[in-house]
Amino acid sequence: MKIRSVEDLIAARERGLATLYPRKVKISVGMASCGVASGSRAVMKALQEETKKAGLDAFIFPVGCIGSCHMEPLVDIALPGKPRVTYANVTSKMATDIARSIVSRDVRKNWLYLRTEEDENPVDGTRMCIHSGGITGASSPYHALDFSDVPLFESIPFFKKQKRIVLRNCGIISPDSIDEYVARGGYFTLFKVLNELTPDKVIQEVKTSGLRGRGGAGFPTGLKWQFTRQAAGDVKYIICNADEGDPGAYMDRSVLEGDPHSVLEGMTIGAFAVGANEGYIYVRAEYPLAIETLNQAIKQAEAYGLLGENILGSGFSFKVRLSKGAGAFVCGEETALMASIEGRVGEPRPRPPFPAQSGLWGKPTNINNVETWANVPVILSRGGEWYAGLGTEKSKGTKVFSLVGKIERSGLIEVPMGISLREIIYDIGGGIPDGREFKAVQTGGPSGGCLPESLIDLPVDYERLTEAGAIMGSGGMVIMDDKVCMVDIARYFLTFTAAESCGKCTPCRIGTYVMNEVLGRICEGQGREGDIEYLESLAGTIKALSLCGLGQTAPNPVLTTLRYFRHEYESHIRDKKCPAGVCRRKFTAEEITRMKEEAARKKAALKQAGASETGRTPEKTATKPKGKSSVPGSRKEPTR
Amino acid sequence: MCQEVEKSLRVRIDGELYQVEPGYTVLEAARQFGVEIPTLCFDEALEPYAACRLCVVEVSSVVPGKGAARGPKRMVASCVYPVEEGLEVQTSTEEILRHRRNLVELYLSRSPNARKIQKLAEQFGISEPRYKFAETHNCIVCGLCVRACSEIVGANAIGFGLRGIKRKVEPPFHRGSAACISCGTCTTICPTEAIRLEEIDRIRSIHALAPGVYETSCSICGSFELVPKSPDDYAEWLLDKAAHPAQKPKAGKTE
Repeated sequence: MKIRSVEDLIAARERGLATLYPRKVKISVGMASCGVASGSRAVMKALQEETKKAGLDAFIFPVGCIGSCHMEPLVDIALPGKPRVTYANVTSKMATDIARSIVSRDVRKNWLYLRTEEDENPVDGTRMCIHSGGITGASSPYHALDFSDVPLFESIPFFKKQKRIVLRNCGIISPDSIDEYVARGGYFTLFKVLNELTPDKVIQEVKTSGLRGRGGAGFPTGLKWQFTRQAAGDVKYIICNADEGDPGAYMDRSVLEGDPHSVLEGMTIGAFAVGANEGYIYVRAEYPLAIETLNQAIKQAEAYGLLGENILGSGFSFKVRLSKGAGAFVCGEETALMASIEGRVGEPRPRPPFPAQSGLWGKPTNINNVETWANVPVILSRGGEWYAGLGTEKSKGTKVFSLVGKIERSGLIEVPMGISLREIIYDIGGGIPDGREFKAVQTGGPSGGCLPESLIDLPVDYERLTEAGAIMGSGGMVIMDDKVCMVDIARYFLTFTAAESCGKCTPCRIGTYVMNEVLGRICEGQGREGDIEYLESLAGTIKALSLCGLGQTAPNPVLTTLRYFRHEYESHIRDKKCPAGVCRRKFTAEEITRMKEEAARKKAALKQAGASETGRTPEKTATKPKGKSSVPGSRKEPTR
Repeated sequence: MCQEVEKSLRVRIDGELYQVEPGYTVLEAARQFGVEIPTLCFDEALEPYAACRLCVVEVSSVVPGKGAARGPKRMVASCVYPVEEGLEVQTSTEEILRHRRNLVELYLSRSPNARKIQKLAEQFGISEPRYKFAETHNCIVCGLCVRACSEIVGANAIGFGLRGIKRKVEPPFHRGSAACISCGTCTTICPTEAIRLEEIDRIRSIHALAPGVYETSCSICGSFELVPKSPDDYAEWLLDKAAHPAQKPKAGKTE
C-alpha cells in the first residue's frame, strides 16, 4: 500500500498509535544489542510463555534501547489507563512473576525503576499522553493500582539533564513497525519537504540550524550539502556512515537498532536537497541486529512508497542500498569507505578532490554519519532556528555520548552541547563506583585524548575539546578511575591504531608502530631517557604528515597523556615504577644474566668471606644470618 | 570556462612568483622551476599515490572574496595537490624539514640496508635511527611496482597484502600469479632493490628477498618461462605482446 497523501499518512499514524498506546496491556522489552547481551531474549520468552499460559490478551513488542544500559534488561508495562512503568534488571524468573502479577492485577512495585506519564516528541514539540488508549479513571480494569510513588522518568538523575532528539524514539517505538514511527511524527517532515520546500530552502534550513557532522570532525552539514548540490553532474550519491569503530562508542548502533526510519527519512531529505537518487548505508558487519533492522525498515519504507520511485507522489526518487563493512576500522574514513563500497581495498586516498566533487564512482557524493542523519527530520520539522537555540555558540544542538568504563551508570545519553564534563560524569553518570577517585576521561576514542580532573568543568563542544587536545569524535566517553595507568591507556589506544592502520602512508604505518613499541618498553620498565622527547617529536610528525584522519589523530592519546600526566611517564622511565600499579616490569635477558651473575658473585664472596672469617673470628659467623641489615647495600638485588 | 583553461595561474613557491598552467600539481610545478622536493613513491609515468609523504609542503590558499586574507597554512602532499590561483607554497620550512627528517628516520629504521634510504638519511644527517627494528626489509611499500604492473604493464599481477606494519607487496592469495608475464618491470622500477630477478636456464624467477637470503622458489610470482632472450629485446617483445594479446604464454606455474 503506497502512501500518496497526508490522509494516507494520517491513516498510518492511527495504525501506529493503536499499537504504540493500545487499549490493552502492552509489554515492551529492550531488545537492542545491550538488552540481548544482558539476557532480554530469555525475559521475552518467559513473558510470552506466561501470558499465553494465563490467557492474557497483551501486546508484547521488542523495542530499542532507552539508554540506561546499566539497567538492562528493561521491561516496560503499559496497562490501560495507567502510566507506562519500567522494570529494571529483569531476569526471566522476575519476568514470569511480572506477567503473573499483571494477570492478578496486583503489580509488583518494588522492582520498578521509573514511570512515564508523557512521551516527549521533539519532531513536533508535543507531548504524548501515555495513559493507554485514552482510557481514564474507573473505566480501566487496573483502576485500583497506584503508581504515583514510582519515580517519574523526568526526575531520574540519569534522564533529568538529557535532551533527546536523536534518541527520540529509541526504546519507545518498536523498530519493526513503520506505523509507530509515523505515529511519532515520522515521515510527515519528508512529506512537507517534498511538497512545500525547494532543495535550496532545505539546505538553508540546515545551515541555519548550525548542525555539524556528528562523526567526529564537525564539518558544517549544510555547507557540505551545498557543495554537493553545486557540484556538476547528474548522478550524485548519498552515503550514511554507520561504520562505527571507536572502542566504547555505540550510539550509531543504538539508533539503527531502535529507530532505523529516522536515518532513512533524514537521508531521503538530504538526497532531495543535494539532488541524489541513490544512497548507501555502510554498516559494519559486526552489527548484525542493526543490519537486520535496517533491511526490514528499507523494505517497509519501499512498500509505503517512502523510498524508491516517485516518493509520496512528488516525482522524486531515491533508492537506498545496504553495504556491509568487513572489519577494517579505517573504512570509517570517508574515502576508504567509498573505496570499500566500490569493491576496492578499503584504503584512503588523498583529498582534494573531496567527495562532494568526486566521491563514489567519481560522482559527487555527500557522506554523513548516522547521528547527523537522524537529526535532519527534526531540524526540518521544527526549523533551523529552534535547533540553533540548543547548544553553544559554535556547536549547536545535542550530542549522543556513550558513557562507559569506571562509571556508576553506564549507557547512552543525549545532552545539549556545552554541558560540562562534571554534569555528564557525576549528575548523569552517577560518578565513579566503589568509592574510587576520578582520574581521567577519554573522549573521541583512539583519535581523542585523555582529559584530567582539572578539566572536569570543561564545557563539551567541538572547539573546547579540540583546544584541550582531545576531539569530540563519535562521542565515546571512557571514564577512568585512579587504578588506571595513563601510559598503559595510551599504549592500548596506540596498539589499536597501529593494528588498524592500513599501511598505505609511511608516517602512520611505521610511525604508529614505533610509538607503540616505545610506549611498550616504557610500560615494561625499559624506558630510556629521551623516550618522552622522541614520542613527542614522532607524534608531531605523524599528525602533520599522515594521509588520512586515522593517522592524523592517532597520536592524540599519547600527546594528551603526556600533557596532563607527564609525571607518570617520568616515573616509569626514571624510577621504573608504575604509580597506578598496573604495568609489570619486564627484565631483558641481559639484565637477568647480569643479575644472576651478580647474585652468584655475591654468594661466592659471602661464602669466601664466611670461610676465611670462620677461622679468625667465629663470633662474626653468628651475625651472618642477619646479613641483610648488617651489610646494607651489598644485597641490593632487584625484586622480581 | 574554456578561456580559463588557457589562462596560467600565479603561484608563489618559496617566495618566488611563477606562472603555471592549470592541471599541474605543486610537485610538477616546483620541479619545472628547479625547486627540489624529495619523493620516494612518485614517478612521472605513474599516477601519483601520495603514500611516502616525503613531498609534503606547506600551502595556503586565497580565500575567495576576502582580498589579501589567506586561508590557514596546511600540510599537503605536493604530488597530488593541484596548483591554484594565488597559492603560496613553502617547500622547506624548518617545520617541514623537521618532519621530513623524522620520516626519513622511520624509513631508515625499517629499511636500513636500502641504498636509496641510506643516501636520504645521509642528506638529512641521520646516522642511527632512534628505534631499531629487529626485522628489517628493503621494501618501503612505496607501491611503485604495484602501480607499474597495473598502469604500465596492465598485468595486475601483484598487489598489497595485509595491513599496517605487515603490509607487503605480493601476488593475490600469497601464491604465484598466473597474471605475471615475467616482464621484470617491478624489478626495474623498485627504488630499493627489494625485488630481484633471477634467470637460470631460461626460467625467470622474481624474488622479493631480504638481503643475503637466497630462495630458489619465487615469493612474489612464481617462476615463468622466459620469452625475450635479453633485456634489449624487452621493448620489442612488449610491443609484440601488446599487438597480439592472444599470444600471451600460459604462464602460471604455481607452487
